Amino acid sequence: MSTSPPPFSGPPRDTARLELSGITKRYPSVVANDGIHLKVAPGEIHAVLGENGAGKSTLMKIIYGAVQADAGQIQWNGREVVIANPAEARRLGIGMVFQHFSLFETLTVVENIALALDEPFDLKGLAERVSEVSQRYGLPLDPQRLVHSLSVGERQRVEIVRCLLQAPQLLILDEPTSVLTPPAVQKLFETLRRLSSEGVSILYISHKLHEIQSLCHSATVMRGGKVTGTATPSQETPASLARMMIGRELPVCAVPAFAGEATPVLSVRGLSHTPDDPFGTALKDIALEVRRGEILGIAGISGNGQAELLAALSGETTGPASTVSLAGTPVGHLDAGRRRKQGLAFVPEERLGRGAVPPMSLADNATLSAHGQGLVKHGLLRPKAAWAFAKTCIERFDVRCGGPGAAARSLSGGNLQKFIVGREIMQKPIAMVVAQPTWGVDVGAAAFLRQTLIDLSREGVAILVISEELEELFEICDRIAVLAEGRLSDAVPKAQTNAEKIGMQMSGLFADAHATDREPDHAAA
Amino acid sequence: MLEHLIPVLAGTLAAATPLIFAGLGELVAERTGVINLGVEGMMLIGAVAGFAAAAHSGSGALAGLPAGAIGGAMAALIFAVLSLSMAANQAACGLALTIFGIGLSAFIGQHYVSYSLPGLPPLDIPGLSEIPVLGPVLFHQDAVTYLGLLSFAGVWWVLKRTRLGLILKAVGEAPDAAHAIGYPVIAIRYAATLFGGAMAGIGGAYLSTVYTPLWVQNMVAGRGWIAVALVVFAAWNPTRLLLGAWLFGGVTILQFHAQGLGIALPVQLLAALPYLATVVVLVLISRDKRLLQLNLPASLGKPWMP
Repeated sequence: MSTSPPPFSGPPRDTARLELSGITKRYPSVVANDGIHLKVAPGEIHAVLGENGAGKSTLMKIIYGAVQADAGQIQWNGREVVIANPAEARRLGIGMVFQHFSLFETLTVVENIALALDEPFDLKGLAERVSEVSQRYGLPLDPQRLVHSLSVGERQRVEIVRCLLQAPQLLILDEPTSVLTPPAVQKLFETLRRLSSEGVSILYISHKLHEIQSLCHSATVMRGGKVTGTATPSQETPASLARMMIGRELPVCAVPAFAGEATPVLSVRGLSHTPDDPFGTALKDIALEVRRGEILGIAGISGNGQAELLAALSGETTGPASTVSLAGTPVGHLDAGRRRKQGLAFVPEERLGRGAVPPMSLADNATLSAHGQGLVKHGLLRPKAAWAFAKTCIERFDVRCGGPGAAARSLSGGNLQKFIVGREIMQKPIAMVVAQPTWGVDVGAAAFLRQTLIDLSREGVAILVISEELEELFEICDRIAVLAEGRLSDAVPKAQTNAEKIGMQMSGLFADAHATDREPDHAAA
Repeated sequence: MLEHLIPVLAGTLAAATPLIFAGLGELVAERTGVINLGVEGMMLIGAVAGFAAAAHSGSGALAGLPAGAIGGAMAALIFAVLSLSMAANQAACGLALTIFGIGLSAFIGQHYVSYSLPGLPPLDIPGLSEIPVLGPVLFHQDAVTYLGLLSFAGVWWVLKRTRLGLILKAVGEAPDAAHAIGYPVIAIRYAATLFGGAMAGIGGAYLSTVYTPLWVQNMVAGRGWIAVALVVFAAWNPTRLLLGAWLFGGVTILQFHAQGLGIALPVQLLAALPYLATVVVLVLISRDKRLLQLNLPASLGKPWMP
């Protein structure tokens, strides 16, 4: 991934594909974009680099016509245009892959795609084209599946394929690699480079510095709604890019050595479960052990049983008592509330909707899971205690928000995650299950969250982290296992494996007992 | 045996027709996320508008049905302005519309009490109506009953096979996402709501100008509510809706025959049977929670503003 991008050799650069000048967008409390200038040549892969809240998403929405700028001009192929709505943008040849996917849950993949295409309605023909494009670009996708049964990663593929089918001249990708395996990222980059060589310009929004260095021809860096610099990424170092992006050095986590306590706190044995959802992934004989004071990481791409394993761990689905045990007590048959009482904390993947109730205040959200901390007495709410609890959590975990009364949905992803993690930690769990701890979280908050988890583990809590980000797992975990196609590989100490081996396992190639278990079946068949 | 069965089956189709119209209209509206509980009121307004137009024009159902459609759509427009443009609570607006429809139709209808219309003769489909059994059941009906079945085919085809159907479903599923890719959510919901009103109005006008061409106060008699229930229990699927409407029609006709045979049950109980049977059967077949969840328009009943 550290290879530098091929030299820029697109069509002549005299007419920019897209040129923004003086774009300004004010919201009541914040100036999201302040006099932004940006120029993208035909065939150029242009990075827009910045933390969450830097104004990248607003800028992209302006380009895509979903939001109107208060001031400034947009030039498209040398002509001044007003992009009044997304349909207009698509007509011009602008495609966008959203960070928060704009998909319809109960429609199939091909129906979702048909809705965004301005062309005669032919689902059968379209399904074939979807399969063809998804195969060509290494984005495997079954056109007939219902979107609600897809993982986050698969949903993103739908969005990407949807854009590619429109043969765009400019493709906007918002954090596209966060849910891809390392080989898939390479495949995506090949796709993007091919598109670039065909003359398609690409706006690539990301905060992953090494990706931008390997892929992008040029970069515009944003911070606090302003452009803080432009750069040729291949001539910069990650550190210099990070300084432009966050205005200071890239934070690094301090990982104290694992003391090596062998007491298992959270253990799973012989867990097999076939979900009700016909499109879900069945779990096959899962076994794992999280020891006191360690962080166990589970790598793998969503849709390989992650949702089912999380539900089985949290208690959303229950099974035989012996399958899950907590500090030696079998809890497999207990529901989520009872497991919480026994000291299990849970940070789900979906912050809004599962981790927190979006329109409710932080204080009320604290009461929902931390009611055992004196926030409820004799069945009656104690609003003052909840307020104080939320306030402590906000201060201790550096949650930037309007106070305990702020609605959960008003917080940025990183701040809400800090609040949820904080709320769980303040309940003094003995074991904690965390899913995708830093999905959609900015660099600063991600580093804070990782450090928080490391510190918590060294205080003696057993932590299980399920993540799609390999780098993150290698940074914070003591041992790593891989969940692929509903099977879990044996956990290996971090020092004895590497990203390449884990990446192979993520594709379903176990080089351990599980694979050899399966061999005889094949031989017999 | 057969000679008893034929009139029952033939009557079933006619008795189901008002439910088919009203139910299809409500189904389309609910697919876009709008739950309009005012179906009963819209049917009554359509019934009285249709009856008045038929009585004054002298051209019977030919004038009655379009007038009913317009009446129902106007009633739906009141609902749409309140619940879509002003984002008022849909359940409250719908209930108010039903109460309003009951009152308005009784007020206008007082001029027509015991006034009767010529009705509509059955229309034989040449050739097909000669087929034994099937002929008299299927092809010896009034024209509006055929129109009802054509409407079913049309709605089914639009929902299953066309981009429009997909857009309707998309708007009901995730108005935010539909808005993000550039669909006019409010306009689509207006159109679906007005369509629902017009269909309910036709259903009502069929009752007053064809089925029992005689004005009786509150003559819709709860069929609007059955239509609303049918849509939900049919899991927003037009084919299930059609079957439900036929079931209701069948029990209606059977209990008439039972009354005629002098079965020793109170008439009121017999008259309640179609409603009871429809609800019981629909509850039984819709116990599959996943089916409902998978088909429930996610934004149903939730006000949405761009």
